[in-house]
Amino acid sequence: MGTTTDSASPNSKNQSPGFSKKLGAQIFCDVLQEEGVETMFGYPGGVVLPVFDALFDSPINFVLSRHEQGATHMADAYARVTGKVGVVLVTSGPGACNTVTGLATANMDSIPLVVITGQVKTPLIGNDAFQEADTTGITRPITKHNSIVKDVNNLARTLHEAFHIARTGRPGPVVVDLPLDVSTSQAQVSNSGPEIDLPGYRVRYEGHIRQIKRAAEAINASEKPVIYAGGGVILANASEQLRQLVQKANVPVTTTLLGLGCFDENDPKSLQMLGMHGTAYANFAVQECDLLVAVGARFDDRITGDVKRFAPHARVVHIDIDPASISKNVKVDIPVVGDAKSILSEMVKYVEPRERKEWFARIDQTKKLYPLTYNNDTGAIKPQYVIEEVCRQTHGKAIVCTGVGQHQMWTAQFYRFSLPRHFISSGGLGTMGFGFPAAIGAQIARPDATVVDFDGDSSFSMTLNELPTAVENGLPVKVCILNNGYMGMVRQWQEMFYGKRYSKSFLKNPDFARVAEAFGAVGLTATRKDQVPKIIEQMLAEKKCCVVDFHVEREENVWPMVATGKGLHEMAGLPAGTSERV
Amino acid sequence: MKRTISALVQNQPGVLARVAGMFAARNFNIDSLAVGRTENPNLSRITMVVIGDDATLEQVRKQLGKIIPIVKVYDFTGEDLVQRDLMLIKIAVASEKRPEIQAIIDMFRAKVVDIGPKFVMVEVTGPEQKIEAFIDLCRPYGVKDMVRTGMIAMPRHSKARPDKGLEPERQGPEPDRE
Repeated sequence: MGTTTDSASPNSKNQSPGFSKKLGAQIFCDVLQEEGVETMFGYPGGVVLPVFDALFDSPINFVLSRHEQGATHMADAYARVTGKVGVVLVTSGPGACNTVTGLATANMDSIPLVVITGQVKTPLIGNDAFQEADTTGITRPITKHNSIVKDVNNLARTLHEAFHIARTGRPGPVVVDLPLDVSTSQAQVSNSGPEIDLPGYRVRYEGHIRQIKRAAEAINASEKPVIYAGGGVILANASEQLRQLVQKANVPVTTTLLGLGCFDENDPKSLQMLGMHGTAYANFAVQECDLLVAVGARFDDRITGDVKRFAPHARVVHIDIDPASISKNVKVDIPVVGDAKSILSEMVKYVEPRERKEWFARIDQTKKLYPLTYNNDTGAIKPQYVIEEVCRQTHGKAIVCTGVGQHQMWTAQFYRFSLPRHFISSGGLGTMGFGFPAAIGAQIARPDATVVDFDGDSSFSMTLNELPTAVENGLPVKVCILNNGYMGMVRQWQEMFYGKRYSKSFLKNPDFARVAEAFGAVGLTATRKDQVPKIIEQMLAEKKCCVVDFHVEREENVWPMVATGKGLHEMAGLPAGTSERV
Repeated sequence: MKRTISALVQNQPGVLARVAGMFAARNFNIDSLAVGRTENPNLSRITMVVIGDDATLEQVRKQLGKIIPIVKVYDFTGEDLVQRDLMLIKIAVASEKRPEIQAIIDMFRAKVVDIGPKFVMVEVTGPEQKIEAFIDLCRPYGVKDMVRTGMIAMPRHSKARPDKGLEPERQGPEPDRE
């Protein structure tokens, strides 16, 4: 492998200075380095062997997962923690198909990924060749963009374009399908690098100044404003700009699940999370506000409840980089298209301080009336208690990953997030099994940080095959399984809406501690409440991957809850007679 | 409501699949779709007739704009358009009825392109209403087969618009004036 330079080439007829001939596989490795890739994830296979051979001599750190889905979630979390593009390399057919869940997860949450999939040789495409799948066809609706490289001369440009598309604008996953013969052919490569050629791709970063001023004026005129901040604030690295705006204009802030950490939840202006399992005070504030300022959020159905009755008294300002997000679900009065960081830093100049005494008094009242709470006086371990205890012992500064379900919602409610890029969770797609591989990716991105995966027994069971990946790489990932022996959220819905008919929602689990030990990790089990603080201490001190199986209260529910079709103010799980306020 | 949207796209494999897939995935209704080359060899034009209200159309336009090989999206809603559909239609007609059919054909400025003992094949172009009217008039004779291209459209007041004198359709009353 390697390059053939001008002088070494016997036939340099077509070559001029500044050009060299390179193998496709080598071009691949070089482009990755030019793009600043330090770590990538993946799994080898037949048609990507030339690329893996080239990687053998590359300084890029390659993390071998045990399943391609795991590799994709690892790269996803790596991207969420660092803000860089996550990179995955897998083989054709089954390898590519196994990335589908990871791609859809990243696509829903706007996470920058470049996934390179091997493909059978170009003459075999369409022949139902061994390990052939129509990867671009399969991944088209779940990626920001994808393409197949059929000519090695287009390889470098296509890869650079993939990185450019993945990281700019509203970020997202990009797939590049790489046939075997492309990685084994030679191309003339210009040393200056290829030009990106994307006439149909233009990103608008700066917001329109008139719209920014209109938005600021709306805030200034508002008696009862609320800022609703989403994952876009984190993607745009705009937390500081948001904080400045909030401090100057004096506006309460609620965040989405993916927005957790973009505004300090310990700040008195924080209402924490809104939506289906949001806090009562966030939901009431949204329903009562006269101005809703959405920043990098997309009015998902888990946020709005019954969309017709969402924020009924509010004018809506929507700041988003994706024009298609504006007025998609909720009609927007003042749209501002562009990058949240640039827009917020401009907007802060035009907002004026206002006291809003009555509004904050009302918010304080709802905070006092309906705090997030649970009954911790039983003998059993409450899942919320485990989360609160981990939060206390990590001072709220750990990088926290989750699977999907009840444990995810409790984590969102009871771990107090104060830093962006510290809550890593599958929001849009709701991918069970995301948490553990995500924790691996996060720990690789931040070897110094404490990385905790709050997981469900069912979620963890989906991807616990990545335990050897954590062990092999010496990653001190902490897994807290909130084990209730159910698919907890499914069970909660069956309890509430299906007459407690727990159809297929319980499972016979293994002894997770022994499973962890078998893989070479540390396994611990807690069955009594009094063991919890000690065992968490032990877990956090552990230098190896550590799995703690907390046997928690089996039928605990997540409250409050806005059932499907209900207005955001119609929350179940509040003290009786208090949910008819708007 | 039917609306016309036109998109300039890069000539790349899979562009049409992207557009068609997006329509299906986002639950938009497409009435017709026509694709063809443009004066620029690197670009093609997709003309779509979409069914939906203002909000749906806005989403269609924006979602099309997100497809990376789509260079430009034009919403022709409310514009003064020249719209054309091309149809080939095979009408069952016995020889004694031919003069009747010929009269209809002449009235629509259509053209007989093939003829057999029991049928004529006719080429018709025009806006949708004209094509539909022609089909309705042929039905009593028996429509054996028909094929349509889907609508293409161009706004009259685009920069590429020819002088008035060069635009024959603007002179005199015509059945295909919209």
